[in-house]
Amino acid sequence: MELCAKKHPPEEERRVRANAREYNEKFQYASNCIKTSKYNVLTFLPVNLFEQFQEVANTYFLFLLILQLIPQISSLSWFTTIVPLVLVLTITAVKDATDDYFRHKSDNQVNNRQSQVLINGSLQQEQWMNVRVGDIIKLENNQFVAADLLLLSSSEPHGLCYIETAELDGETNMKVRQASPVTSVLGDISRLAQFDGEVICEPPNNKLDKFSGTLYWKENKYPLSNQNMLLRGCMLRNTECCFGLVIFAGPDTKLMQNSGRTKFKRTSIDRLMNTLVLWIFGFLVCMGVILAIGNGIWEYEVGACFQIYLPWDAAVDSAFFSGFLSFWSYIIILNTVVPISLYVSVEVIRLGHSYFINWDKKMYCAQRQTPAEARTTTLNEELGQVEYIFSDKTGTLTQNIMVFSKCSIHGRSYGDVLDVLGHKAELGERTEPVDFSFNPLADPRFRFWDASLLEAVKLGDPHVHEFFRLLSLCHTVMSEEKSEGELYYKAQSPDEGALVTAARNFSFVFRSRTPKTITVHELGQAVTYQLLAILDFNNVRKRMSVIVRSPEGRIRLYCKGADTILLERLHPAHHELLNVTTDHLNEYAAEGLRTLVLAYKDLEDGYYEDWAEQLLRASTALEGREDRLAHLYEEVERDMMLLGATAIEDKLQQGVPETIAILTLANIKIWVLTGDKQETAVNIGYSCKMLTDDMTEVFIVTGHTVLEVREELRKAREKMMDSSRSMGNGFSCQEKLSSSGLSSVLEAIAGEYALVINGHSLAHALEADMELEFLETACACKAVICCRVTPLQKAQVVELVKKYKKAVTLAIGDGANDVSMIKTAHIGVGISGQEGIQAVLASDYSFSQFKFLQRLLLVHGRWSYLRMCKFLCYFFYKNFAFTMVHFWFGFFCGFSAQTVYDQYFITLYNIVYTSLPVLAMGVFDQDVTEQRSMEYPKLYEPGQLNLLFNKREFFICIAQGIYTSVLLFFLPYGVFADTALGADYQSFAVTVATSLVIVVSVQIGLDTGFWTAINHFFIWGSLAVYFAILFAMHSNGLFQMFPNQFRFVGNAQNTLAQPTVWLTITLTTVVCIMPVVAFRFLKLDLKPELSDTVRYTQLVRKKQRAQHRYLRRVGRAGSRRSGYAFSHQEGFGELIMSGKNMRLSSLALSSFATRSGSSWIETLRKKKGGDSNANSPSGGADKPLKV
Amino acid sequence: MAVNYNAKEEADGHPSGGVGAAGGGAAGGVGKSRKPDNTAFKQQRLPAWQPILTAGTVLPAFFIIGLIFIPIGIGIFVTSNNIREYEIDYTGTDSSSPCNKCLNVSWNSTPPCTCTINFTLDRPFETNVFMYYGLSNFYQNHRRYVKSRDDSQLNGDNSSLINPSKECEPYRTSDNKPIAPCGAIANSMFNDTLELFRIDNDTRISIPLNKKGIAWWTDKNVKFRNPSGHTNNLTAIFQALDTTKPVNWPQPVYMLDTLEPDNNGFINEDFIVWMRTAALPTFRKLYRLIEKRDSLQPTLQAGTYSLDITYNYPVHSFDGRKRMILSTISWMGGKNPFLGIAYITVGSICFFLGVVLLVIHHKYGNRNTSADIPN
Repeated sequence: MELCAKKHPPEEERRVRANAREYNEKFQYASNCIKTSKYNVLTFLPVNLFEQFQEVANTYFLFLLILQLIPQISSLSWFTTIVPLVLVLTITAVKDATDDYFRHKSDNQVNNRQSQVLINGSLQQEQWMNVRVGDIIKLENNQFVAADLLLLSSSEPHGLCYIETAELDGETNMKVRQASPVTSVLGDISRLAQFDGEVICEPPNNKLDKFSGTLYWKENKYPLSNQNMLLRGCMLRNTECCFGLVIFAGPDTKLMQNSGRTKFKRTSIDRLMNTLVLWIFGFLVCMGVILAIGNGIWEYEVGACFQIYLPWDAAVDSAFFSGFLSFWSYIIILNTVVPISLYVSVEVIRLGHSYFINWDKKMYCAQRQTPAEARTTTLNEELGQVEYIFSDKTGTLTQNIMVFSKCSIHGRSYGDVLDVLGHKAELGERTEPVDFSFNPLADPRFRFWDASLLEAVKLGDPHVHEFFRLLSLCHTVMSEEKSEGELYYKAQSPDEGALVTAARNFSFVFRSRTPKTITVHELGQAVTYQLLAILDFNNVRKRMSVIVRSPEGRIRLYCKGADTILLERLHPAHHELLNVTTDHLNEYAAEGLRTLVLAYKDLEDGYYEDWAEQLLRASTALEGREDRLAHLYEEVERDMMLLGATAIEDKLQQGVPETIAILTLANIKIWVLTGDKQETAVNIGYSCKMLTDDMTEVFIVTGHTVLEVREELRKAREKMMDSSRSMGNGFSCQEKLSSSGLSSVLEAIAGEYALVINGHSLAHALEADMELEFLETACACKAVICCRVTPLQKAQVVELVKKYKKAVTLAIGDGANDVSMIKTAHIGVGISGQEGIQAVLASDYSFSQFKFLQRLLLVHGRWSYLRMCKFLCYFFYKNFAFTMVHFWFGFFCGFSAQTVYDQYFITLYNIVYTSLPVLAMGVFDQDVTEQRSMEYPKLYEPGQLNLLFNKREFFICIAQGIYTSVLLFFLPYGVFADTALGADYQSFAVTVATSLVIVVSVQIGLDTGFWTAINHFFIWGSLAVYFAILFAMHSNGLFQMFPNQFRFVGNAQNTLAQPTVWLTITLTTVVCIMPVVAFRFLKLDLKPELSDTVRYTQLVRKKQRAQHRYLRRVGRAGSRRSGYAFSHQEGFGELIMSGKNMRLSSLALSSFATRSGSSWIETLRKKKGGDSNANSPSGGADKPLKV
Repeated sequence: MAVNYNAKEEADGHPSGGVGAAGGGAAGGVGKSRKPDNTAFKQQRLPAWQPILTAGTVLPAFFIIGLIFIPIGIGIFVTSNNIREYEIDYTGTDSSSPCNKCLNVSWNSTPPCTCTINFTLDRPFETNVFMYYGLSNFYQNHRRYVKSRDDSQLNGDNSSLINPSKECEPYRTSDNKPIAPCGAIANSMFNDTLELFRIDNDTRISIPLNKKGIAWWTDKNVKFRNPSGHTNNLTAIFQALDTTKPVNWPQPVYMLDTLEPDNNGFINEDFIVWMRTAALPTFRKLYRLIEKRDSLQPTLQAGTYSLDITYNYPVHSFDGRKRMILSTISWMGGKNPFLGIAYITVGSICFFLGVVLLVIHHKYGNRNTSADIPN
């Protein structure tokens, strides 16, 4: 394995000669052995320790340890620091070792995969790690590519081979690679073994889509490109076998070059914590200085005289020097204000939270068998503070599955299921889907609920037949028939696949095609159409047509395309049909369906031949071929007869609209960033209720130049301001606006707005001088949709919000194009979906359904935040209470850095006596149950506003800690000072320590809101352990073994036997706790937080069973598409509380949706009148629907 | 301490589990369901008690604490007040004080400076009386002082007697001989002798002072032990070990109480008491016990007494004070008005707070009902 780690000077170019190991060895290229592990048995200890001591905290404690070894300074035994430090180092080391062990295992597993290598003219099995650069290896179907290969030949014709690159770039569609023609003939092993071409190419890099090199063979040069390369991580598909020449191996492969270490993300709490720790250090130094000065003065005034009993140390010659030493001594004993266990505990708590995420059954997707996974453990509490969500569309909001949902044929709409009363039935209530069993070729996965369409087919309705005939003919789908009747379609776009599958189930089965024919099984009979021409789809045309000759000899043109385009190319005769179909189209669009219009046209033989003649000439023309073809297409696709329209559902992921609604209620702003077209994106925006009819206006920014974009943004802003001014308090708004720019605009906006911006405009909007304007506008809007954005732009948008809004951002996506955004955002979430795992690998959290985001944020995030905040508050409190006692004691012991407590108590206080209860709280605490967190999304707000732990809260905790420490010292002082009673130091120490442990235990009891058995066990257990250890440490046995170490012998029993000590402890406890209780009670009583109210209600509900049951019913409501969550944003809670029947409200809502949808389609129709290309100003950049 | 447990690089782009069902021949884990267990622990559904601070719990708590604390406080206060205590400062800083002549005495001054102070007890001390000496401005709690001892030596460990701990510096060795007991604490042991006489018609009746029973049992029997040797003769043992006396002491440790062997050497109770360092710079230490002998007579009758002091212990140089205190004790120890007052105060405050909170709650309190959850 050590071979792997060798370093090489940077290569300038790479020379690889096939079948020549000796030659290639000269260059010392990396072997194909990969190593992701960091340590081996020997290097583990030094390397790991070195890494750990790079942590500031560890170094700090090491420094303290060294200080403690100086006898003049040492105010504490060395073990008070070394025990926690060793504990921490060990835990971390064990964890690192485990991680590394698994890395070793996975490395080994990968390195030991078998591959067939051509050695000395024969194929031999070799492990992957033994594959060398220059080897020729053979790959078989469904094998992973072992290294970056130059494809030499394949079993398929023309040296083609197919690969799937899901692991590499996340794209699941198949890609074609082709061998260079000169090598593609090297089919058999003997010829390959003699192949001695030499490749000179670029050095290793991480560009997945670029490769340039040259093959020198037999004195000829052949260019090589990425098209000839098979990259490691790809999988060979649909290809029996192929041969490739290893160009890059192991760490040089593009895959490994790409797997850079991800940036270490820190949460805002982390940053705050670091600031606070710095402050505390400052505070510590201040205390040290004060006490050191005190010591100097004391030694000068008193100590100098007291030398008859206590002479100065030999090295100390002046009070000043003594003060200097005592500064360090105090740094040692006061360092527990920032104990090492803080960092460890925080990590442990986060780890616990991560496990809870991993274990969450409600975030487990049964279909894909994927549980949620917290891939980083350091970000959990930030999940409770998210303000902006940036979401990808395809695969994240939508499933990227197209389903033939409805159709309109000759003026009749099919696809709605009517219930008994004639209402449109809800999806969930649908009865049985239509039975297609009569059709042996039907696709069993296809579902349709409207039986009347099948009836119409069976009855022989000619329009219906023609409709499906068109669907089965007019497409570019390829079919594959693995065995008789087992058809597989390979479609360019899922839309098309859905349409052809629909036709297939309705007995118009597209069976096979040749370049000149299409065979369709129409109602069981095979009919072969002659394919005369395909007028293919492009973005300008937005339609495709085929011209076929039926067996009867009739020539017909079938056309399908976007309604905007097609409707104006119809024959004017059927005006009525047009109107009806348009109505249907509006209806479909309103439901968020993707629509296509179908039309046909009969062509005269003569006309066609004429046209075909022209087509032939045009296609061979040298100049203006494209234009001429377009013109010809235009000419023939005219005056067509309308057949009908199809509506395809771009299936949303489950529960997307509900999730978005709830997240919006939680005051989280959701931005959709998609590579899709504007129309699609807007459409999805409506169907997942990001955009609603309630919105005052949806601004669409499509400007092409800087000026246009600026103008559009300005107009949008003006409109928003205008309306808010007209809302009444215009004056004050104006005031605010003029005073401070950005944030006040947001506050002032009255109505709900949405912003849609496309990639071109975004590019301008993201320029330095406009980004603020853009951000200002966008943040004033409730919803923002960016379409046609590049992955880089996605990241830029996230960066922009991060930079100016100081808000926590979350990016969620599933594809390789989302990786940049996932890495940029504070929190990246990957949908482990269909588009490979690239996004998941880059993400911090992953799960397989968008809807889980709701649970991740509102339940896990909220809890994590709450727990972490409570934990930190308590932690700082308990350590200040603990440590500050030394400070007060300093004034009574000559500032000599004498500790108040026994050194063992100091050692164990943080790691034993008080660690577990607060850990249990940090891991298990809940203020309200998970159901309530979902029910009241407003509960999420404290996190966003960072209310639970900020500088103010910190100071309150510190103040409380100091208050406690004052009482802890001065009450026993009052009792002990100059009385007969055990006024000795050791009794005093035991009294104060016992009081402290009891006070902080009571305090954690107060802070713990959720007493599980574990909390009980830890809290009571800690107290018990304290007393047990106390008595053990003060026992005779230990003393007799180590008399110099356990000096407190007999102390516990003597001290704790005195009633006064107990009275003192009780008094201290009450005085420390009572003000806290009173304060909390007042806060709860006068100004309860929402969570308090919900908690209280919960309590009341538990007592009132009946009400409880009623509420549970509501809490459960969330069935798909029930739609209650789409309601007006404000009324949501009311709806729940009023307990209205969900179905009623959802019906009301669907009428909403209809209205909104139609208004949108109206706009489109209006535009249709004018420039038909208005909707896609980006023209050629538009791509066909995303695959 | 970046504990990112999932730092595992997905080396070859393989999902850690079965995410990519397409995974070629490599993916291992078959059969095991990845569905999380449905346990209360993992699903965070553990049954739990969720206490809330409601008026119903907080207000009674305040009242109850008030009602418990006030009587306890009164009880303590009364007990404390019933304790007889008499204190004499015999430092002699005041020029009129009989001990003024001894003010600048030094260790080992021969002959020892003695002085007598007369005082009058107005009321008798009925029960057992404890006699304390008190020191002020004496920093027994100074870090360097506190650590300057060798417990192993005091426990009679021979090797520590020969070679005392470094902590004892600079009182570790003297004339190249190990000091026993070593260290600053032992070295500075209080060595005034106090004697009490009752003056009855000009006759001085010596009051018997019990010097045993003033140290903790554990200290006397566990913590402090004399070194053992071939003989029972303590002197011989110490001399065999070739130790020397602490610098300030007039005589070696085995001559602390030559009369009673079980109070001699390291287990001398005066020594033990001294070695139990005080928490604060003003402290008192138990010196002698005056036991009640006659059930009919008070231990110390009202009347005039005289305190004879053998003044050996210099404190003037550092502004220290020396006192002699006579005190009876109760179940809660000596006189201590602080605790009683504190209890009464805290109890009253709690009660008062309870009332205030009750009023606030009734006037402005947010009576939470299920209906008024804002959303």
